[in-house]
Amino acid sequence: MEYGLDLEYSFNEFLKGFGLSSEIAHIIWLPLPMLLVLVAAVVGVLVTVWLERKISAAAQQRIGPEYAGALGVLQPIADGLKLLVKEDIIPAKADGILFTAGPILVLVPVILSWLIVPFGQNLLISNVGIGIFLWIALSSIQPIGLLMSGYASNNKYSLLGGLRAAAQSISYEIPLALSVLAVVLMTNSLSTIDIVNQQSGAGILSWNIWRQPVGFIVFWICALAECERLPFDLPEAEEELVAGYQTEYAGMKFALFYLGSYINLILSALLVSILYLGGWGFPIPVELIAKFLNLPINAPFIQVFTASIGIVMTVLKAYLLVFIAILLRWTTPRVRIDQLLDLGWKFLLPISLANLLITAGLKLAFPQFFGG
Amino acid sequence: MSIAITTQFICFTVLSLVVIIGALGVVLLESIVYSAFLLGGVFMSVAGLYLLLNASFVAAAQVLVYVGAVNVLIIFAIMLVNKKEDLKPINDIKSRRVISTSICLTLLSLLIRVDLTNVWSLSSPQNSIGEESTIRIGEHLFSDYLLPFEVASVLLLMAMIGAIVLARRDVMSKDISTGLPVDQELIEKSSEPLLTNKN
Repeated sequence: MEYGLDLEYSFNEFLKGFGLSSEIAHIIWLPLPMLLVLVAAVVGVLVTVWLERKISAAAQQRIGPEYAGALGVLQPIADGLKLLVKEDIIPAKADGILFTAGPILVLVPVILSWLIVPFGQNLLISNVGIGIFLWIALSSIQPIGLLMSGYASNNKYSLLGGLRAAAQSISYEIPLALSVLAVVLMTNSLSTIDIVNQQSGAGILSWNIWRQPVGFIVFWICALAECERLPFDLPEAEEELVAGYQTEYAGMKFALFYLGSYINLILSALLVSILYLGGWGFPIPVELIAKFLNLPINAPFIQVFTASIGIVMTVLKAYLLVFIAILLRWTTPRVRIDQLLDLGWKFLLPISLANLLITAGLKLAFPQFFGG
Repeated sequence: MSIAITTQFICFTVLSLVVIIGALGVVLLESIVYSAFLLGGVFMSVAGLYLLLNASFVAAAQVLVYVGAVNVLIIFAIMLVNKKEDLKPINDIKSRRVISTSICLTLLSLLIRVDLTNVWSLSSPQNSIGEESTIRIGEHLFSDYLLPFEVASVLLLMAMIGAIVLARRDVMSKDISTGLPVDQELIEKSSEPLLTNKN
């Protein structure tokens, strides 16, 4: 499966044409995909914020943002600008260092996790061998940032919000990891590229959602809980905790939390589409289309075509899931903390364990369907 | 020196400095919350050192287990019971300091001796397994390290049962510390009424 655009190789060859050594070329190359992904993540957040405003308006029979640009598309930029120019306040009795470090610790792991999100065969920052496990490990750092900001705010509501956030993310990490494990079991690899390639055999029919329906639902519920989206937004439950750990934050520090939660939502949607919905795969395999049109798979035109189809499909699937998440947020009530923990420990954990067992059994019984 | 080696050297220096300074901070800082957060930083830097040694799976496991679970639970516990209380003054503080210093120095000299006598260089640093290490770790865990692996899980189970016994005294008929019969109601319903002794 070594086809597809390899931009890094072409770029390095291009620079070597100017007489640069391969090391220098590599150093010039390194920041480019990182910057690109960072920009993609921020633009993704702007789009999601706009979608959230518009869909919530539709759900409540309002119009939503309308005057900032056509259909209000510039509204998120206005929001961002407002947060940028607001005064940066640290409460007098707060702990300044921890208060500043908290939001950073929440945002950085989320952005680091974009390292493993593939948009095509070679279109990702780094195909690290531990792939999806890196994301699970990085997402476990986040609660420290939440606890830190909750504690540093010197506010009861903030502390309670931080503690709730940590309890929630610890409980939901286990079923999340177990459902990822079932997918990894079928793939024989932790790498996100291998996970997508394993689903690319027969287009939409070979996607993992048909083989892992239970895992898909468990993963989606846990991902929503990890993102602290309604119905699981207990850490910032307005009626009980004002705004949870963000209560004392203003300006850019608040914006970091805001950005972090939306980037995390998009990241979770991307990972659901990678793990269960075939990643960059088109519902009909591109090889079939190429054969039908009598074109060689390695032709430059076909390569550009497959790469753009890949990016479009990944983003499309992710935003479909973001749409569902937004609809869920504006139509479901919040669960109570005991219901949340009951759901996590007494329902999702046993179900995901059973799913893992059944997947292992099916893998041995039907190796041709469940990745022998 | 090539660029890769320079980068590796800079990373190693920064990570080891963070480990040493962070560990000193964990021990020496007055505020226990700061110590707990610094401990998380130390764990992260150790994970970074594993990454430098081409052990990415061990690094991720270190982050997941030590930072994501152990350190979060430590901070959690500190925040739940963080009472401002003055420690009792100790009478024989000087002799205690002398004893602890001598013990630490003995340990340090032992470690220096270990460092000087042991041969650290690997026989063939070229054939490190890198990405394949995940598979190798799995093979070892289910063959020659199976018994320690399973015993560790029994240990964790014991810790869990112990925690449940301590937290839910109502499941026992007798109080484990005092030997008195226990009220079989929920633990939240404490033996003294909640609203009477409000100061």
